[in-house]
Amino acid sequence: MERFAVLVDALVYTRSRSAKLALIAKYLTLTPDPDRGWALAALTGGLDFPAVKASTVRNLLMERVDPVLFQLSRDYVGDTAETASLLWPEPDYPVESAPSVAEAVALLAGLTRASAARGLAGLLDRLDVGGRYALLKLATGAMRIGISARLAKIAFSQAFDVSIEDVEEYWHGQFPPYAALFDWAANGAPPPAEGDVPLFRPFMLAHPLEEGRSLDFKDFAAEWKWDGIRVQLVCNGTATRLYSRSGDDISASFPDVSAGLTIPAVLDGELLVRGSHQGGEEGGAASFNALQQRLGRKAVSKAMLADYPAFVRLYDVLIAEGEDVRALAWEQRRAVLEELAGRLDPERFDLSPVIAASSFEHLAQIREGARDAAIEGVMLKRRDSPYVTGRKTGLWFKWKRDPLLIDCVLMYAQRGSGKRSSFYSDFTFGCWDGDPDEGAELLPVGKAYFGFTDDELKWLDHHVRQHTVNRFGPVRETDKSLVLEVAFDSVHLSKRHKSGLAMRFPRIHRIRQDKPAHEADRIDALKALIRD
Amino acid sequence: MGGRRLGHPGIWNTGAPSPIVPVMAPPFSWLRPEPRGLFVVPADCWIDPAMPVGTALVTHGHADHARGGHGHTVATAPTLAIMALRYGAAPGMTPLAYGETASLQGAVKATFFPAGHVLGSAQILLEHAGERVVVTGDYKRRADPTCAPFQPVACDVLVTEATFGLPVFRHPPIADEMAKLLAARENNPGRCVLVGAYALGKAQRVIAELRLAGYREPIYLHGAMERMCRLYAEFGIDLGDLRLAAGMPKAALEGQVVVCPPSALTDRWSRRLPDPITAMASGWMRIRQRARQRNVELPLVISDHADWSELTETITEVDPGETWITHGREEALLRWCALNQRRARALALVGYEDEDD
Repeated sequence: MERFAVLVDALVYTRSRSAKLALIAKYLTLTPDPDRGWALAALTGGLDFPAVKASTVRNLLMERVDPVLFQLSRDYVGDTAETASLLWPEPDYPVESAPSVAEAVALLAGLTRASAARGLAGLLDRLDVGGRYALLKLATGAMRIGISARLAKIAFSQAFDVSIEDVEEYWHGQFPPYAALFDWAANGAPPPAEGDVPLFRPFMLAHPLEEGRSLDFKDFAAEWKWDGIRVQLVCNGTATRLYSRSGDDISASFPDVSAGLTIPAVLDGELLVRGSHQGGEEGGAASFNALQQRLGRKAVSKAMLADYPAFVRLYDVLIAEGEDVRALAWEQRRAVLEELAGRLDPERFDLSPVIAASSFEHLAQIREGARDAAIEGVMLKRRDSPYVTGRKTGLWFKWKRDPLLIDCVLMYAQRGSGKRSSFYSDFTFGCWDGDPDEGAELLPVGKAYFGFTDDELKWLDHHVRQHTVNRFGPVRETDKSLVLEVAFDSVHLSKRHKSGLAMRFPRIHRIRQDKPAHEADRIDALKALIRD
Repeated sequence: MGGRRLGHPGIWNTGAPSPIVPVMAPPFSWLRPEPRGLFVVPADCWIDPAMPVGTALVTHGHADHARGGHGHTVATAPTLAIMALRYGAAPGMTPLAYGETASLQGAVKATFFPAGHVLGSAQILLEHAGERVVVTGDYKRRADPTCAPFQPVACDVLVTEATFGLPVFRHPPIADEMAKLLAARENNPGRCVLVGAYALGKAQRVIAELRLAGYREPIYLHGAMERMCRLYAEFGIDLGDLRLAAGMPKAALEGQVVVCPPSALTDRWSRRLPDPITAMASGWMRIRQRARQRNVELPLVISDHADWSELTETITEVDPGETWITHGREEALLRWCALNQRRARALALVGYEDEDD
């Protein structure tokens, strides 16, 4: 555990990507099995100890430290695990030596809800501050130390000089501590074999199309960017699984869809619900809100299936009839996809149509018309591009329509977490419920914690501190003098908010120091933008 | 500033529910917490005021406590020297030695005692009408080769700081941090260790502690440090061989220790250095994300303020009838006082900064 704790600490303080990769690679080469496998699982989010919850840690601390002092500390530090590691009292009895990562994992995995508090406390007693931090991060499942799963996998590929594409390919279907994966990469054993479970393949992703980038239109095909969730449907001939963008198995929530594919294939598409919201009647898809009714459900009722029938709008094909077609050009894969789609249940599958545009100008015109059709924008795909993992530059682009904008007034600010722990970085803003000169009031319409630069964040933090009129724990109420131009993708009716409105993807677009608060927009202006 | 109000709710909070409001003047009403400093009413003078005033008693030389432009300033000789260095020589300076008592108007007596914070730092004991109030200013309890150690003074009211007033703050022994610094230097012969440290106090303490740890090499300074280090030397604090980093060829600084103000850590200034390991000496470095925010690679938990145990142990040791908390994380220290059946209140003074310690 000490070595892992040192790695975690070093990663926290290291900024450069290459230095982080070098640190992880060095750890993976120098640490024996199975510790390095468990550590890799921790870094890639592959560990889950259901008995250990954030509340377990909190409760343990509440028994040892005054609850108010714990809460004040937590608010200041911005991270429960770190707060707990700092506040944990040194044990007053002789303790065993620090556990190895494998030993800690075995102990944590054996915990039940009833034994979790005691077991975790026993482990914490055996560790120093850094060890406690690493253990708590590992035990509660979210490292949040600026390392993505992808980065850890790249480090793995660098440590053993294997290709990252191969690592991604073999990764799914392997389980911590990844003995077969290490055996293959470090010891030259044959690659891990695919088991009985249909495997997820990493998605090909798109870059946003920057302003002023010149592309040759004839090299690209255009498709609508549908507003659902990106999914991968995998059938290996015996079983079918539906995977979300992050590779989570969501088959159980969508039995109607997963039952629809019996041909051995891997398909890439957008999961949607039938309706007429996106693209009108012929578009045939409901709003994202309708899809949300179906997301995250463990069991789906018959009524749900009938009221919100789901389907997949197909974008691409990775494997057809068991044959890997990823190396083919997009145009060739499209032909394969069209042939395959013709054999699928039209209730559950359709093809994402290629937009018939003759030039960028023409496409831009078509895209402008898309606002009323409630479509996010268009995708541009290079006709000769193979299907490659991740975000390769120059192959796929997303060309989103411009966001909606509204001027709001800053009302409350809350301190952020993690690297923003000392900054007021979560902003709640409101619009007027009438004429502010006639005594109208502000109603909160949304909350945003991104969209600003680091310098703007510093400025906003300073503004909040100077204009506080009330404090409620970690939240400050401001004097409602600052106008923020908020950008958002869409706005919907919502019963959850006092204003009756909910914005999608709100972000701070501009700080309008030039604009007096009473000139900010009214609720009615926001309501007029609803397209439900 | 006038009026006879005792303060209004927006300015101070009491730790416990208020007792019945007395009809006569409450005890200690001769010392009035105002948003911009403590006002000693009968003496018509201020302690560490955040604006120019007629008469100021100054606890120590940090800019947020020692502002220029007062008509008359009472402080220790090193504090006055620091102020003169910063703001230029000014008339109306009265030096006071530790233990020496000044009689102020309105039958107020003021005595200075060491606070252990930086060179010249003092607590101020105020005596009036049979009541004793100690204003700690900023202080610490740990050994510091660059200043006189804190001395507990019995009093009725202890006016304390609370910069590190949260139980997560426990400063480790400074020897451990020095070992970390020297190990980083040892393991990276092609780089230099660049230590960000507050120009008054922290920088000199880090240098003095390096010397105590047996480090005899020259230590290189950012230009902004030089005059303060010379002032320390004039007051008898030996900091060894100090040189300016400016003008040194890059290669000559490989494997060396360079000290600069925190603001220079990520400034263009540091580009002249050979691939510096960015270190920062501060109590805030105890919190990982604080170190990350400053792009610090080597956090050194070194503070000139009392940590949580020093704050609470000092209140226990001095055992005042009442504790007033000036600035920092007041809520937590108030809570601790409540848990320990101690009367306390937060004064919510403005203008004291804690970002760089």
